[in-house]
Amino acid sequence: MMALTLNHLFAVIMLSGAFSLVSAMLFVVMDAVDVAFTEAAVGAGVSTVLMLATMALTVRIQKDTKKPILFPLIVVCLVGVLLIYGTLDMPNFGAFDSPAQLHLGSKYLSITYKDMGIPNVVTGILASYRGYDTLGETVVVLTAGLGVILLLSSLKGRKDKE
Amino acid sequence: MKHHLILKVITKFMVGVIVLFGLYVQFHGDYSPGGGFQAGVIIAAAFILYGIVMGLENVQKVMPIWFAQKAAAIGVLVYALTGVFSIVFGFEFLNYHAISPEHPKHGQHYGIILVELGVGITVTFVMIAIYYSFAGRTPRLDDKEW
Repeated sequence: MMALTLNHLFAVIMLSGAFSLVSAMLFVVMDAVDVAFTEAAVGAGVSTVLMLATMALTVRIQKDTKKPILFPLIVVCLVGVLLIYGTLDMPNFGAFDSPAQLHLGSKYLSITYKDMGIPNVVTGILASYRGYDTLGETVVVLTAGLGVILLLSSLKGRKDKE
Repeated sequence: MKHHLILKVITKFMVGVIVLFGLYVQFHGDYSPGGGFQAGVIIAAAFILYGIVMGLENVQKVMPIWFAQKAAAIGVLVYALTGVFSIVFGFEFLNYHAISPEHPKHGQHYGIILVELGVGITVTFVMIAIYYSFAGRTPRLDDKEW
């Protein structure tokens, strides 16, 4: 909430990094340690640094906007209410009879160790049962990196050569 | 950051620890939480931390731009060639049984380690390359300018 009222961008970026760190702790509490790793390293670390670099390239202070805020406020509240309404139907956290646990999840839990002899089911699913998907994800990461490299650093390289 | 002695000393100490932890997450990923993606961002974070504190020129002495950009592609190649390896030996694409047909479990194990290595290499160097692209355009700022 504080990030909304500030218009000094440095403070906003730092607050969003702190928010990422807190949500990483939330993931640890919910027993998703690998997601917490990623959130702490990417959300709190790398993306904060990239935001700061972007800020250094552009401006430090947000411009004052004279736009009315009433309509956006109503839309945000409405979406928030809808999202909370959507969670009412979800099974309780860690419920053993939730759909995710009853069908495919329990099957993977029972066959992963038999097939591979490794205890980490997440790695087993990601790298072996769903190997194609993970290959695709890796290519997506590479493509994203290529896009950024082409957009941001190609001009400099050309100038150096000339 | 010309002075900041404490930051520099702590960074020199922490970079090694972070990389070591990243390697642990990478190669112990089949027993404990983690894997290639997590290890990649942790190792990249170590290089980025070094770059922030010591300056871009110094981190690029350790990890040149051309190396980061090419290694990102090599990671995908490691992953894909593991799949091609299976085809060559008459199995389906990415069927790790091909690596040791007598012991399918061992084959799975080695295959997972190989593809996770590919993922880790790609994620590490893509993150570092993205950081270089952003930081390379930013003029060096004094403390007061922030």
